[in-house]
Amino acid sequence: MESVGSIILYVIVAAAIIIFSVLAVTTRKILRAATYLLFTLFAAAVVYFMLDYEFLGAVQIAVYAGGIVVLFVFAILLTSHPGHSSERLTSKRRVLGLIASVAMLCVTGYSLLSRCGLFAAKPEAAAPDMQTIGQAMMGTGEGQYLLPFEAVSVLLLACIIGGVVVARKR
Amino acid sequence: MEINALYYLIPSLIMFCCGLYGFVTRRNMIAMLISLELMLNAVDMNFVIFNRFLFPEQMEGMMFTLFAIAIAAAETALAIAIIINVFRSVNNVDVRELNKLKF
Repeated sequence: MESVGSIILYVIVAAAIIIFSVLAVTTRKILRAATYLLFTLFAAAVVYFMLDYEFLGAVQIAVYAGGIVVLFVFAILLTSHPGHSSERLTSKRRVLGLIASVAMLCVTGYSLLSRCGLFAAKPEAAAPDMQTIGQAMMGTGEGQYLLPFEAVSVLLLACIIGGVVVARKR
Repeated sequence: MEINALYYLIPSLIMFCCGLYGFVTRRNMIAMLISLELMLNAVDMNFVIFNRFLFPEQMEGMMFTLFAIAIAAAETALAIAIIINVFRSVNNVDVRELNKLKF
């Protein structure tokens, strides 16, 4: 049994995720789409906090909200006029998109709801503390992630060089 | 009322479907990238939810999401570099106009 406060928080967060993600793909001003994406990412970070993954929520806010959305805003301002609305969708295009997404929603939603007996309440567990996460990232034993960590660092380096090479002025 | 995994999976599913709709209907490359980010984030949320509700004493899903966030950041930075380069050469980011590889 959950407390009333956590139920209210859950309802707010779920409504925010649904409303802002719908708005992010239907608004015709692209700068507003980036802003709604930011709100959706914040709501996802709140979900991580509610599930006791504080570190993951902090990473989500720092990397997604702090980094990616700022990149989006800069790219939008560089490539299009801020007050410009995209043109109205043709109905064929919209029907195609609606068919794809509603089919996905029906199939996956049906398979989730038909197995809802499998999902129990949230089990009690201690949140992973910072020391456990740090040792898991830096260890080489079972359930530890030094190799992916190093692979990601090389990937980021390659990405920095690639970004500079691709976007430089000729 | 008891909040189980289903209550978190449904908003994440709706978020994914919104991303799918946006990816099919949008014509601006940056708007398509925004839809892609929505889909990626929905998948990340699913990893975390299944980790917390089914295997709370392990943290594989959380670590997968951490690496997925890092890779998403790298991918977005590179994609935006490419989009800006395309904008510089054809002065447009509409995918209908970008039907030739070389100008």
